[in-house]
Amino acid sequence: MKLPKFFAAAVLVAAISFSACKSGPKDADIQKAIEEKAKITAEMSGIKVAVDKGVATITGECKDADCKAACEKMIGGMEGVKSVVNNATIAPPPPPPAPASVTTMLDAATMQKVKDGLKDIKGIIVDFAGDKAVLSGTISKADRMKIMQMLSAAKVKSDVSKLMDK
Amino acid sequence: MALQDKYAELLQSANAMGVANLAVAEQDGVLHVSGTAKSTADYDALWALYSRIDPNMASGDLMMNIDIKAEAGARLRVTTDSSNLNIRSTPSTEGDIVGKAAHGEVITLVEKTDDSWWKVRTADGEEGYAYAQYLSPEA
Repeated sequence: MKLPKFFAAAVLVAAISFSACKSGPKDADIQKAIEEKAKITAEMSGIKVAVDKGVATITGECKDADCKAACEKMIGGMEGVKSVVNNATIAPPPPPPAPASVTTMLDAATMQKVKDGLKDIKGIIVDFAGDKAVLSGTISKADRMKIMQMLSAAKVKSDVSKLMDK
Repeated sequence: MALQDKYAELLQSANAMGVANLAVAEQDGVLHVSGTAKSTADYDALWALYSRIDPNMASGDLMMNIDIKAEAGARLRVTTDSSNLNIRSTPSTEGDIVGKAAHGEVITLVEKTDDSWWKVRTADGEEGYAYAQYLSPEA
């Protein structure tokens, strides 16, 4: 009889597919579910996930360590995911804010300002080299303070290594 | 961040004094600090700290752009050594001298033209530009 054999085969096939079902969703389905979740989850926007035998491997970029951990937790908690390999990188920090004060280019107007400020301080010689005002001479402590305040107000870099104390 | 460490005491003081719009940034080996001190006394204290932390302020690693709170109408004391402060027609020593303010005299701020030159008015009504470095806002 051929019929029972066919039945046996059918039962066997059913059993196999049944047991396959029992072992959980297929990799492709898990991956699809993760991709769906990624669409609505801000933290997951920069990452990619590949699923193989229930192991989810994360690649791509997260904005910070918290985001990376959150992605791992969310993906690890999804149905069918047995474990997570988290290879996501963390984005470099944003560039620092603009400097509190920018130094001024040493144009003619700025040089004039420096000369104006220094003209009443006796014994001082001012020169300009590159982006710096180079000062020399012999001055009092009080004058040194005034000079530095003046240069700072004009936002001019200075070289005062040749400025001597009285 | 090494410069922020070097000048930590100065930055803490500026914070404690309530320097307005305090901003700190390090760029090309220079620490830039800017803000507006509440008074001339606070300003002087910060500069004293600077000269203590960096003897003779010779390292050239701090650009301290702190000004002193002063709005139009503020009283400004003339802080020249002893001489008169020239008041000029334009914000430059090229400008004609239109008036003078004596050492210690108190004049009125009209506007902060720029960081170096302020427009001022004397009690006699002379109006023109004076070098800001020789003017200290009074409380």
